Amino acid sequence: MRGFRTTRRDFIKTAGALTAVGALPVSMVELAFADSQNNFTFAYISDAHIQQIKGAKFVRNWDRGLIRAVAETNLLQPKPDFVVFGGDLAQLGKKEELDHGLEMLSKLNYKFHCVMGEHDYYYDLGKYWSELFGPHYYSWDHKGVHFVTLNSILTSDEWTFNRWPTDEQRMLEMAGLDNPNGSPFMVGEKQRAWLRKDLEKVKRNTPVVVFSHSPIQKIYKGWNFWTDDAEEVQALLRPFPDATVVYGHVHQIQYNQIRNITFSSVMATAWPWPYPQSYAQAESHLPKLTVQMNRADPFFERDATGWQFINMESGRVAMNYNLYNNTDRTVAFNRKTGHPEDSVYQAADRRIAPQIHY
Amino acid sequence: MKRFLYTMVLVAGFVCAAGLAAEKPPGPSPPLGLPPVPYPKENPQTPEKIALGEKLFNDTRFSTTGEVSCATCHAVEKAFTDSPLSVSEGIDKLTGTRNAPTVINAVYFETMFWDGRSPSLEDQSLHPFTNPVEMGLADHQPILDIVRTDPDYVKRFKSVFGKTGDAITMTEVTQAIAAFERTQVAGNSPFDRYYFAGEANALSEQQKRGFDLFVNQGRCVSCHVVEQTQALFTDNRFHNVGVGINDIQGEVPELAGEFLKAQATASEVNVKVLTDKRTSELGRFAVTRGFDDLGSFKTPTLRNIAVTAPYMHDGSLAKLRDVMVHYNNGGVTKEGDPVNDFLSGGIRPLNLTDEQIDDLVTFMEALTSPEYAHLAGKTGSN
Repeated sequence: MRGFRTTRRDFIKTAGALTAVGALPVSMVELAFADSQNNFTFAYISDAHIQQIKGAKFVRNWDRGLIRAVAETNLLQPKPDFVVFGGDLAQLGKKEELDHGLEMLSKLNYKFHCVMGEHDYYYDLGKYWSELFGPHYYSWDHKGVHFVTLNSILTSDEWTFNRWPTDEQRMLEMAGLDNPNGSPFMVGEKQRAWLRKDLEKVKRNTPVVVFSHSPIQKIYKGWNFWTDDAEEVQALLRPFPDATVVYGHVHQIQYNQIRNITFSSVMATAWPWPYPQSYAQAESHLPKLTVQMNRADPFFERDATGWQFINMESGRVAMNYNLYNNTDRTVAFNRKTGHPEDSVYQAADRRIAPQIHY
Repeated sequence: MKRFLYTMVLVAGFVCAAGLAAEKPPGPSPPLGLPPVPYPKENPQTPEKIALGEKLFNDTRFSTTGEVSCATCHAVEKAFTDSPLSVSEGIDKLTGTRNAPTVINAVYFETMFWDGRSPSLEDQSLHPFTNPVEMGLADHQPILDIVRTDPDYVKRFKSVFGKTGDAITMTEVTQAIAAFERTQVAGNSPFDRYYFAGEANALSEQQKRGFDLFVNQGRCVSCHVVEQTQALFTDNRFHNVGVGINDIQGEVPELAGEFLKAQATASEVNVKVLTDKRTSELGRFAVTRGFDDLGSFKTPTLRNIAVTAPYMHDGSLAKLRDVMVHYNNGGVTKEGDPVNDFLSGGIRPLNLTDEQIDDLVTFMEALTSPEYAHLAGKTGSN
C-alpha cells in the first residue's frame, strides 16, 4: 500500500502532464495527444469467482475481495472515467453467482464494462450473463481511444456442444487446471471477422485497447494462459502502433511486448495463482492446485490479490496495481525502450530472485 | 526499512556494549519474556533523568486548568491507564475519542498512539499538552516557563542536562518523560514462567487450552506475536478489525475524500482525530492516506490486558469476553451486523464455542505481571 500512496500523490500532482511511472523522466515521453485533457484514468477489477455454497451462502473470502475492490475504487481521487470488470465474476456460471456478483458490482459509482470469463460462460454458454451485461464482444470510443472487448474464452464447437452429458460437467471440465479433458481458448473465426470489420473504420494512429479474459498470447496451455488463435488476433492489431491488450484470468502480474502490442495482466480479487495449500485453520474453497507455491500461509486472505487503476496517458496504459498488505506496483509502457516496464523491478539488480522448486 | 534501521541501532548498541569489556547493556536486564529495552543513543538513561521524567509526568501544572497531567490518563494505580473510562477525560471533563493505552511496555512499540502517528516516546509526549481535549495548552511555552523558573526543576535540569534558562527546550522535557516511561516494563507473567522458564504449573489446564486456541483456531498469535525467546504480543502493525469503522460505513467516502483531496498537517491530524469521533474511526488512514489503513489501528500488546479494561481503540468493548465474541463473529460485535468493506483479510469467523471463548479469556488473565496482579478483578475485565 505504501507505494500506492506515493504513486497517487505524484499522479495527482502531475495529472494532465505526466503520469508517475517511477523514474521515467519527462523528456522521454512523447505525448501522442497534443491535448492533455485527453488523458484519463479507469479502474480494472477482475476474477472475483463468486462461489455459491448453498442457497444464500457464498464463499466469504471471494465476496470480501470483490466488496473491498469496489469500495476502494469508489474512493479514487481523481475519479476514473469508467471501470472494467475483467471476467470470471462467477465460479461455476450459476445464475445465483452472477446475480450476487452483480449485486456487489452495482455498488460502483461509475459506469462499468464487463468481459466474459470461462467461469461465466461454460455453464449456459453466456446466456444469463448476456441478460445482465449485454453482448459478449463489442467496441466503443472514449477520449480518442478505441476500446474493444473480446470474448476470448471460446473453444471448438465439438468440445462445447457435443462432448459433455451435462452443462455442469462442461463447466467443471473447463475450470480444471492441467486437465486433459480441457480445451484451449480461442477468439474464433466469427469474432475475428467482426474485429477486422470493426477496426477497418479506426484511424491507424488511434490508440487501440483490447480487453480480453485470456491473454491474447501463448503462455502456458495447461492452465489456459493461452489463446489458440492469438497470432491471428495480433495480426489484426498490427496496423496500430499503439495497441494494448489487458487481460485477466492469470491472477498474477504479467507484462509482455509482441511487436506493436503491449500486454498487461490484472490481478484477481479472489486468489492468486499459484498458491500454497494454505488458508489454514479453516475450510478452504480454493480450487485444486496442480503446482504448489513453496511459501507459508500468509494469514491475510487478501494476500497477493488486488485491483488496478490505469492511467491512459498518451494512448498507452500505465497499470497501477493496488495490492493489499503489500507494496503496490506500477507497470507502464516506456516509449524509449518500446515495452512495458515495472517501475520498481525493471533493473536486473533489483529483481526478486525466482523461487526454487523442489 | 524503518525496521531495518531500528535493528541497526540495536546492533550498534550491542557492539558498543561489547567494546566495554563485556559490560552489561545499559539499564536493568529485561524481565522474563521481554527483549532488552531499546534505548535511543541521543537519550541515554540516568537515574536523575528518570526521576525528573516522573515528576514531569505527574505535574498537573502543564494544563490550562492545572488539574491534568500525563498521569491523569496513565495512572500507575490503574496500570498506567484511566480504566474504567472508555475514552480519556482531559481538561474540564472534555473527552477524546480513544482509550488510553497503558504506558507499561510502550517502549517496545515502533510507533506511538493508536494510529501510529508519532515515531517515538519523546515525540508522543509533546502532543497531549496542546490537544484541546487533553491538556488544552495553546503551545508549549507555559511548560517551558515553569521548568525554567521553578527552583526544583531548575536544579534538576541543570544536573541532568547541564542546561538552564532558554537552553531548556521541549527536547529536554520530552527526553526526561520518555526516560521515565522506558522504565515501565513488565513481564514475568504466569505465561512467561510457563513458556520461557518451563514452569509447567504456572498455567492452569484451562489457560493451557486457551494458549492452544490463541496460537491455532483463534488465530490471535498472527498479530499478537509470541516468539521463541520473547513475547511482545504485538506485530507493530495496523489492522482494520471492525471496531469503530463499522459505525461510520456510509460516511467513509465523504470522510476519506476530505483527506485525499487535501493533506492535513501532523498537528491538524492530531487535533482532528481526537475531537471528531467520525474522523477518528478512519484510523491510520488519517496519517497515511493509504486504502490499506482505512479503519485500522495499532495492534496493542496483551500484557496486563486483564487489568486495563475496557478494550479496543475506542474502549467500546467492556470485557475481554466481548472482545473474543467480536473476533469470533469475524469482525462484528453483534452477530449478523454488516462487516465493513475494508476489514483486514486476517479477520474471519472463528467458530469458537462458548467454552473455548472462556478458555481464551482465562489465558488473557495469565498475562498479568506480578507488579499489577493486585489489580486483577478490579476493572471488571471479565
